[in-house]
Amino acid sequence: MEATGFVHKYPDNVDTDVIIPARYLNTPNAKELAAHCMEDIDPEFINKVKEGDIMVGGANFGCGSSREHAPLAIKTAGISCVIAATFARIFYRNSINIGLPILECPAASAAIQAGDEVKVDFDTGVITDITTGETFQAQPFPPFIQNIIRDGGLMSSIKK
Amino acid sequence: MGMTMTQKILAAHAGLEKVEAGQLINARLDEVLGNDITTPVAVNEFEKAGFDSVFDNTRINIVLDHFVPNKDIKAAQQSKQCRDFANKYGIVNFFDVGEMGIEHALLPEKGIVTAGDCIIGADSHTCTYGAVGAFSTGVGSTDMAAGMATGQCWFKVPAAIRIVLTGKLQPMVSGKDLILHIIGKIGVDGALYKSMEFSGPGVASLSMDDRLSVCNMAIEAGAKNGIFPVDDTTVAYLTGRSQRPWTVYEADEDAVYDQTIEINLDELEPTVSWPHLPENTKPASAGADVKIDQVVIGSCTNGRLEDMEAAWKILKGKHIAKGIRAIIIPATMAIYRECLVRGWTTDLIDAGCVVSTPTCGPCLGGYMGILAEGERCVSTTNRNFVGRMGHVKSEVYLASPATAAASALTGYITDPRTV
Repeated sequence: MEATGFVHKYPDNVDTDVIIPARYLNTPNAKELAAHCMEDIDPEFINKVKEGDIMVGGANFGCGSSREHAPLAIKTAGISCVIAATFARIFYRNSINIGLPILECPAASAAIQAGDEVKVDFDTGVITDITTGETFQAQPFPPFIQNIIRDGGLMSSIKK
Repeated sequence: MGMTMTQKILAAHAGLEKVEAGQLINARLDEVLGNDITTPVAVNEFEKAGFDSVFDNTRINIVLDHFVPNKDIKAAQQSKQCRDFANKYGIVNFFDVGEMGIEHALLPEKGIVTAGDCIIGADSHTCTYGAVGAFSTGVGSTDMAAGMATGQCWFKVPAAIRIVLTGKLQPMVSGKDLILHIIGKIGVDGALYKSMEFSGPGVASLSMDDRLSVCNMAIEAGAKNGIFPVDDTTVAYLTGRSQRPWTVYEADEDAVYDQTIEINLDELEPTVSWPHLPENTKPASAGADVKIDQVVIGSCTNGRLEDMEAAWKILKGKHIAKGIRAIIIPATMAIYRECLVRGWTTDLIDAGCVVSTPTCGPCLGGYMGILAEGERCVSTTNRNFVGRMGHVKSEVYLASPATAAASALTGYITDPRTV
């Protein structure tokens, strides 16, 4: 499985309140949530984002509230993959559970710039910055988590 | 190599003799929790996957607390979806308006969570219950859905940071000041993926309300959970309250910790987190020039009886500064009632405050105290992120109830020892 897209870049400690502000949490509707994705940190994001684009954050991406609405909004906005130096733990498991691909890679997080075209190979964990020609190796998921991803998320996995 | 307290609870719930940091396990759950924001997403996932029964209708807790009494039509729809689900599956611990409280104040108060438990909640502050000696952690809605269906959850066994407390808490210094101090010291990802295990002779000086406040904010350092040893204070709290028998787990003598931090409680000062991260801590005394517009005293962090008492002691017989809005929110109906019975509510109203029924409302910028552009609030809540309580250009300063009450009196951030 692969993804290729252009990068939206964010700093360290992006919290789930800026990914989807709580004033919009009066609905579980993914499309309504996606319309406000990143609104408090990058109001132009939702106008700029194209299907397949890639989000790159720094350390502790997705910290704060447990709201699953956050990865759901990012996924529904069209983002194909989130790369970060580290993820906050609830965001990490929420992304796996709902099938939003994420990769931890401090080197890629530091080097990749906004607007770069990036290719991600989920099977090998290799991240290629097509714009600069640099490649990076992300931590592969343990087999236990790979199974959840392969089954299409947690609910499909436990149904099996 | 021994196990930490957290690792022992996880091993017991996974049916294993021993676990170690990094190991992936499936564990049996004692309680599963959701609120009016996270439960609808969980219900959708539960139904989409085709489940038609829950693992145990006495072990699922659904608390309407974030946007109730319903703040708007959409919030009303979400509450209704929770209510319908609870009725359909006979969820015993469903708490609607009139009997609800803020979830993390309500579940310990009712003795639903107890020592030795393994608990997940679709709310990041579920880590609060470590105060009673439980392993308890925040998850997302899909985890809640899976937990309701199967009674199990997957975990990566956490490594741990040991926090050794010496000395004792001084007057006007509380558990909130302690946890803000710790987050200031290690940063908002200083305990990422790890347990925060408290120990040492200083633990005895922390009341149960202090411990609940400390564990509540473990997540703000990225921790998976915070946990206190079970001592006389815990047993006194659980006796006559815990709905189930409890189990005491203790860390092994040779348990391995990634880091040990020693804190002398004697030296701890009233502490405030400046915007826009909980790690931006300074002594309250550094805020004398910071003019404020609003004070909020409440939330899952600081809406308990001792918090109300701390605010009342400072505000009774006085009046808040002109131009300040002071919003007091007791965290459960029992606390709300107790404040009335003791006459504190009257004194707080006479001091110029408003007193609301329980809600998470302003903490997450939901309703009941939203900030306009450029406004500043001293709040006993847990997060001061950009836009957390309203406009993206508003500011939240996190503090203890005593510091918040003192600041309401002066209109500036104020060390409570000076009023």
